Amino acid sequence: MSSHNESIIREPLITGKNITYAQITEDVLAPVERMPGKAWWMGFSVASMGATLWLFAVSYTFWYGIGSWGLNKTVGWAWDITGFVWWVGIGHAGTLISAILLLFRQKWRNSINRSAEAMTIFAVICAASYIVAHMGRPWMALYSLPLPNQYGSLWVNFNSPLVWDVFAISTYFSVSLVFWYTGLLPDIATIRDRATGLRQKIYSVMSFGWTGSVKTWQRFETLSLILAGISTPLVLSVHSIVSMDFATSLEPGWHTTIFPPYFVAGAIFSGFAMVQTLLLITRKVMGLENYITMFHIEAMNKIIILTGSIVCVAYCTEFFIAYYSQVEYEQYAFLNRYFGPYWWASWSMFCCNCIIPQVLWFKAVRRNIAATWFLSIIINIGMWFERFVIIVTSLHRDFLPSSWAMFYPTWIDVSVFIGSIGVFFTCFLLFLRVLPAIAMAEVKLLLKGSSEQEKLKILAAGHEDPEQAAFYVDSLRKFDSIEMAEYEKV
Amino acid sequence: MSSTKFILGLFEDPDEMMDGITKLQQNSVPIYDVYSPMPIHGIEDKLGIKNSRLGYAAFMFGCLGGTVIFSIIYYAMVHDWPINIGGKPNFAIPDYIPITFEWTVLYTAFGTAFTFFYATHLFPGRTPRVMDLRATNDRFVIAIDAKGNIPHDDITNLLKEAGAVEVKHNNRKYVSYE
Repeated sequence: MSSHNESIIREPLITGKNITYAQITEDVLAPVERMPGKAWWMGFSVASMGATLWLFAVSYTFWYGIGSWGLNKTVGWAWDITGFVWWVGIGHAGTLISAILLLFRQKWRNSINRSAEAMTIFAVICAASYIVAHMGRPWMALYSLPLPNQYGSLWVNFNSPLVWDVFAISTYFSVSLVFWYTGLLPDIATIRDRATGLRQKIYSVMSFGWTGSVKTWQRFETLSLILAGISTPLVLSVHSIVSMDFATSLEPGWHTTIFPPYFVAGAIFSGFAMVQTLLLITRKVMGLENYITMFHIEAMNKIIILTGSIVCVAYCTEFFIAYYSQVEYEQYAFLNRYFGPYWWASWSMFCCNCIIPQVLWFKAVRRNIAATWFLSIIINIGMWFERFVIIVTSLHRDFLPSSWAMFYPTWIDVSVFIGSIGVFFTCFLLFLRVLPAIAMAEVKLLLKGSSEQEKLKILAAGHEDPEQAAFYVDSLRKFDSIEMAEYEKV
Repeated sequence: MSSTKFILGLFEDPDEMMDGITKLQQNSVPIYDVYSPMPIHGIEDKLGIKNSRLGYAAFMFGCLGGTVIFSIIYYAMVHDWPINIGGKPNFAIPDYIPITFEWTVLYTAFGTAFTFFYATHLFPGRTPRVMDLRATNDRFVIAIDAKGNIPHDDITNLLKEAGAVEVKHNNRKYVSYE
């Protein structure tokens, strides 16, 4: 049955009074069915200016070549691969929410999975654009594919992690897209059946003719489970392979077996930070406080503190192993990282990722929206620095002191990066306008059983253990979308 | 003879709809299909619908993907153009694992999704065969083929008793063609 009552001590996943199935549809589709407000236009203007900057900077790169970036013969990878790894990492939270939390039957994922998956797709687009851009000549991207050619055929080197990465990123992007779009079908059908005219025709094509019959839903749920099952190892493999781009080299500072788990934890850490950055604003502007509740925010903060601490342990382990290995090149790389000319980048990384997020151990911080948002920005910055530190500080002083160099970004480097953020937000804002930001069908599943109003009814009936009831009422205090006056009576 | 083609029972609540199914089944009224805005767990057993076999398709597509890419790598690296990389073996299976894994996942995802679309007749541009427009929003709809199921008023009463908020006697099967 769809409506087993769960234990009273669990916090509600949908708050608010008089929430019906129709109300969920209304609330979620409001931004799609109405003209956008001022906030959306302001955001969109800024974001599309960023996207234009990106277009310009990338075109400039293609026209004048990679020489327009600040790279030199010692530091051959810098902001490009930093940006690439940063964006891929951000994408990981979306898959974690949609796949791993589905396998673990975490119901709270239902109201955040859609936008997090969209974020994954846009982040991976930004990452892939870096890969093509850093080739300088974009048509060179074809040479990363094992296509028959006139040189023999000369195939790609399948032993190379860079080729693994091409396969990993392209698979990750396309599988995420399939997962996201099949999940969207029932919700697109909802828009279709409420629309008229041209709008209805467009959504009708996009809905693939979805009807919501029993067999369709049964197959849909089977498919979701299968896609979740394969996306889980996929997402872990993607960032592992990204880390192998570095770990399989012989570069001190990169040549570390700890990299795969360390990168995956970092990816989830930064991805959840980006989810917080986006959703805290989205829920406010679009009035979705009843669906993306304080419980969701706190749960994500708990994941952030866990993965952040894993990352922190990894930093310390790397440092310790460099000492313990007695390899002087490795030791130099790490001493140089924290005490050399890039000390400011390394310590920014360490502060932003390890020290500052520790305040999330405090309930008051985890449940404070402003603090959470501020921390999410700090973590985004810290994780960008992490990639910069790993890449540039390891490269800039190589084995020959005569070729030691520093990296100075040009305005094109900076523009490509800022521009990619513009591309990301442009895509995300367009997504909010044309598709439902919350998976309506999945949230409707929670209405009977996990919503505040149902639990209030159960409380009012008075058959619950008073101790558990008191515990439940107490847990509601943290929600900003619940009026506690209602509960004084119960 | 009435021109009713389908009788629809519209419910506000999934549990009441399940009661409606029970009531209809007790009175031996065959149910054509049920349309709902969300998946309803346990309804398959009730309606006697077999388990989905998508899992078998997924497994086979996975095997296919892994085999295809492993063969491509083998052909390129061992057979067609072996390259001497520091005297290391050409048939370096551990190096083939990441890409073999990726394509296993890729084929599984696309293969299963397209099997789902094929089996359920979903494709871009397909005319939605909707019996009631609110079935994707807030109504749980039991559809009963009117042909042979008479008297219709008895069915209406059964649905009303179970808690249907509205019972429709539709002259057309689908409303979405209009």
